[in-house]
Amino acid sequence: MEEVRMDSLPHNGDEIDHVALRWSHPGKQLEVPCGLRPEPPELLSIMCGSRLLQVLCAQLLWVWVMGSELTFELPDNAKQCFYEDIILGTKCTLEFQVVTGGHYDVDCRLEDPEGTTLYKEMKKQYDSFTFTAAKNGTYKFCFSNEFSTFTHKTVYFDFQVGDDPPLFPNENRVTALTQMESACVSIHEALKSVIDYQTHFRLREAQGRSRAEDLNTRVAFWSIGEAVILLVVSISQVVLLRSFFSDKKTTTTRVGS
Amino acid sequence: MVVVRMKSVFLLQLFYSLASSLYFHIGETEKKCFIEEIPDETMIIGNYRTQLYDKQREEYLPATQGLGMFVEVKDPDDKVILSRQYGSEGRFTFTSHTPGEHQICLHSNSSKFALFAGGMLRVHLDIQVGEHANNYAEIAAKDKLTELQLRVRQLVEQVDQIQKEQNYQRYREERFRQTSESTNQRVLWWSIVQTLILVAIGIWQMRHLKSFFEAKKLV
Repeated sequence: MEEVRMDSLPHNGDEIDHVALRWSHPGKQLEVPCGLRPEPPELLSIMCGSRLLQVLCAQLLWVWVMGSELTFELPDNAKQCFYEDIILGTKCTLEFQVVTGGHYDVDCRLEDPEGTTLYKEMKKQYDSFTFTAAKNGTYKFCFSNEFSTFTHKTVYFDFQVGDDPPLFPNENRVTALTQMESACVSIHEALKSVIDYQTHFRLREAQGRSRAEDLNTRVAFWSIGEAVILLVVSISQVVLLRSFFSDKKTTTTRVGS
Repeated sequence: MVVVRMKSVFLLQLFYSLASSLYFHIGETEKKCFIEEIPDETMIIGNYRTQLYDKQREEYLPATQGLGMFVEVKDPDDKVILSRQYGSEGRFTFTSHTPGEHQICLHSNSSKFALFAGGMLRVHLDIQVGEHANNYAEIAAKDKLTELQLRVRQLVEQVDQIQKEQNYQRYREERFRQTSESTNQRVLWWSIVQTLILVAIGIWQMRHLKSFFEAKKLV
């Protein structure tokens, strides 16, 4: 365990009431104010003066874990894997939906760091899977289009790890919020779910539209093709029939029906 | 005297460097494309970080300076709106001007095969769309907003995004409807024309054969 003594850090001798921990990622700064905070147990504690400041370590986790939402193209006979490092105890959700291509299905597999399959489904159109990370490490999930011979598929997935980053770096769930603030928080959550529904609706609409456009082009080609075939067949029928009755033949052959 | 226990901090920092985003592997000449279907006037920020497999240490290390990624963004009309090369770590931003499917493609600019040495390049990617792309800390500092004001600002941005998406949805539904109506029309015309062709061909066949057989003195 490493300890950093604050008096070794530059300060002008006044009582410290704000500790700023600056991470290596540029632009992100976590400011941890000194003060009394309630339990639960945490990993990071700061002592200011004579008081012990408990800072929820989960708070730091909240700042860093995020969700990823991507739409990518999966060629035929291909497999695409994504990896993410997850900390023990984090609640994660994997949602996927096939947007365009073939029968709109894909194989999906989710494995934990030791290779145990947590989720495996073949030829699924869409699904949602929630799990809590039981181990620290790299989780891997793969989408496979290996069963398809010539259709490219477009797959959308949304992998949420933990909670969304809070609006304020020093936000603490246990801190009481004013009525206005808690109203804002509940509106925010409701709007998040509206946006989520919108996304799923958009994907369904994209799927429907792609099928409709496919149908349209197929009808166009088929109608022209069938008209051409009809003409060709009828003309060749007549020509063939004429050839049966040509003058070169001496015997009368029975014309097949 | 303030004492800070840094162990957990280092632990989290370690995880941060690995857990900040999703990653995938990309081959040397491989091009990976991602599609974002977005309404117009929406900002997208993409962050990526690359790591190369080091055979000697048998682990992934940050890529060398010479290795960069080429980022190309195409709008729904297949027009290139962003085409730039970035280093081994980069951040690209663009704002859509037409609603629709934008395509973000990444491929490495490596021409030296020795760099990859048969291995794969690990790419950490994070794409933030619309409201998620806003940096609220920056906005709060710039406009000097209180906590409550910042929260309300976030709600306003979210509602904005919902409104844009609904607008876009209306436009897409119109296109869908037009496609369906066109299919309907085409099927109608095709069935009428086909029937006419069939009848005409039948009549022509009979007349032609009748005159042919008459000429052959079989009828």
